[in-house]
Amino acid sequence: MNMIQALNSALDTMLTRDPDVLVFGQDVGYFGGVFRVTDKLQQRHGLERCFDAPISEGGIIATAIGMGAYGLRPVAEIQFADYILPAFDQLVSEAARLRYRSNAEFWAPITVRSPYGGGIFGGQTHSQSPEAIFAHITGLKTVIPSTPYDAKGLLIAAIEDDDPVIFLEPKRLYNGPFDGRHDQAVASWAGHPSAEVPEGHYTVPLGKAAVVRAGNEATILAYGTMVHVARAGIEDSGVDAELIDLRSIVPLDIDTIVASVKKTGRCVILHEASRFGGFGGELSALVQERCFYHLEAPIERVAGWDTPYPHAFEWDYFPGPARVAAALRRVMADVTVMDL
Amino acid sequence: MTKPAIPGADAIALSLHIPEPTARPGDVADFSHLRLDAAGTTRRPDISADEADMRELPYGLVRVLDDNGEALGPWNPQLAPEVLRKGLRAMVQTRLFEDRLFRAHRQGKTSFFMKSTGEEAIGVAQSLALAPDDMCFPTYRVQGWLIARGYPIVDMINQIYSNARDPLKGRQLPILYSARDYGFYSLSGNVGSRFGHAVGWAMASAYKGGHRIALGYIGEGTTAEGDFHEALTFAAVYRAPVVLVVTNNQWAISSFSGIAGAESTTFAAKAIGYGLPGLRVDGNDFLAVWAATLWAAERARTNRGATLIEFVTYRASGHSTSDDPTKYRPADEAAHWPLGDPIERLKQHLILIGEWTEERHAQMEAELSEILRDAQREAEAVGTLGTSKPDVAEMFEGVFKQPDWRVIEQRGELGIQS
Ligand SMILES: Cc1ncc(C[n+]2csc(CCOP(=O)(O)OP(=O)(O)O)c2C)c(N)n1
Repeated sequence: MNMIQALNSALDTMLTRDPDVLVFGQDVGYFGGVFRVTDKLQQRHGLERCFDAPISEGGIIATAIGMGAYGLRPVAEIQFADYILPAFDQLVSEAARLRYRSNAEFWAPITVRSPYGGGIFGGQTHSQSPEAIFAHITGLKTVIPSTPYDAKGLLIAAIEDDDPVIFLEPKRLYNGPFDGRHDQAVASWAGHPSAEVPEGHYTVPLGKAAVVRAGNEATILAYGTMVHVARAGIEDSGVDAELIDLRSIVPLDIDTIVASVKKTGRCVILHEASRFGGFGGELSALVQERCFYHLEAPIERVAGWDTPYPHAFEWDYFPGPARVAAALRRVMADVTVMDL
Repeated sequence: MTKPAIPGADAIALSLHIPEPTARPGDVADFSHLRLDAAGTTRRPDISADEADMRELPYGLVRVLDDNGEALGPWNPQLAPEVLRKGLRAMVQTRLFEDRLFRAHRQGKTSFFMKSTGEEAIGVAQSLALAPDDMCFPTYRVQGWLIARGYPIVDMINQIYSNARDPLKGRQLPILYSARDYGFYSLSGNVGSRFGHAVGWAMASAYKGGHRIALGYIGEGTTAEGDFHEALTFAAVYRAPVVLVVTNNQWAISSFSGIAGAESTTFAAKAIGYGLPGLRVDGNDFLAVWAATLWAAERARTNRGATLIEFVTYRASGHSTSDDPTKYRPADEAAHWPLGDPIERLKQHLILIGEWTEERHAQMEAELSEILRDAQREAEAVGTLGTSKPDVAEMFEGVFKQPDWRVIEQRGELGIQS
């Protein structure tokens, strides 16, 4: 399965298993979603289980919260993560805090799915990576899969979770796989090991990172599309780096991160969002706080530039393997050389 | 040489309209712009009627009690005297409660407080008219809902004092209650943000094939928020079993209702654009509030969908303990409010029909004051803001269902054992 089929299978599985699950959002019903993630779900499960919503992101999230407070497990789709902002107040002020402020009388077991990230020439308003602004909001969980297998298992775990989960789906990987060579054509997921996705129910737990590649010289922290870029960057650099796919940034698997950096003594952080104030800053601070005496070089961050997402310069903006390889070589260099 | 004529260019210079209320401090209060139909004159369509056949209602005014306290016309809900007395008692208790807690704020016992003075009929009548397992999505001016349903007064005060017995464990601003067992959803400080939750909850009830309906409240000022329009869209599209209420108390902090669009139309009339029935109702008339609520609730319960009700009322007190309304409106404006006081009006009605007396009323007030005094004493024995608070471990509870390592580590930093 490609990632779209895996996500579709997760939704199909949950609609079949749990009558309290329902799926709605713009164009998700009859049409099956602009990326086809909800394809045929309405046909299979009925109008009431999978239906179209007005173009009203605030309304979609508010409605989902109300459904969640009643006892349902709604899965709401926001057509592009760029359009979550009209619903931001509902996520921050309502979904994230309902359990806390009501002393657990009410809570919002909602899943908000949204295609996110760049690499498909979507311009400024179809390419952004807003994960850091969610990570900063106490009370929200933020999940980002990098393979079809994880996408299905994580989405099922998100739907079964009793807290609000923002589930960001890297558009660049939808039809994937992505070999990280960002300026080359998208190949098919067929034959890729992570595209072997079981039918039926299974979960990948939230908050458990995956060690994608074991290594001894440096640690790379990445998630989503960047996991694949990191792999290509490691190849190009010749550095024996350990690659960790965080899978979710909240909850964050701090133990796996710390154990790896303590082992390798070097850390490169990779994400697609702009660098300044990005989630890499938090990762960098955590590694510094917990691994300082094990670090043999300053922590490196590779990220999108601090500009809005530019249409014609997509591949200049998108952090590619060359920048990753360069960062890996820098952390391997002698510290005194760094000082020059 | 004359310039070629641009159509209309020499006609009228454009000017910007900034709405202003009819009276400011020092002026004579003036409510002559309000359309106020006489009691008993507004048509009551059958609940099965089409929205298209009742489009005059958002511009009229449903009233039952006339100025003498007589109940008139088709909207008279014909309530038993016991029910009327119960409503009167809850309204009086709400007012006494709020006066007492307002003083407690002035004495430094809490940080903040808000009153619903003059609007008590709304929360109380709706609380009693709806079923125990319906859910209201409240504003901060419907604490009468809880009082009418017998929520323990001492717990309300504990919440306001954020003391060791605060049911919300010190996590919420005073009066932002949550009381699931009393059909009272958790209040958040962002006005309007719960309006859509009411619709979602009602949709869930319909989806589950249940019988429960939702009630959402929003202030007239807040109808300008997107939340209001989003909720109406969803309620209309999915025919959600919900009663959506605008409490038009004329003022949103210092901004009069015209700033939210009241000069152009009524708040009830906003329903028309969504294809929903809209009722404009005398919010200071306990019987009219009750009747309108039941009518809308019956529509919701019979799968006829949502209704928007505007309750025309007046916020007789300041916006909150931080507000001095004499700075922006005539000091005696409340006394000129043409729809009177909801408590006085219901009392007068009960006296008129021989079911109440001034003596019994005075007796009830004395009795309620004593109950409140005792509850306040009990709460103060636990403590007031700053003199008592829940265990600080509570600060870290309920962020997620299961605490993650951040919370576990951070409470460790505060020396809290997990
Ligand atoms: C989203 C949001 N904006 C602003 C405020 C500040 N605020 C609190 S109450 C209020 C006025 C609300 O007026 P209205 O809706 O008419 O309700 P009322 O207070 O009159 O009952 C404002 C602006 C807020 N709490 N939330």
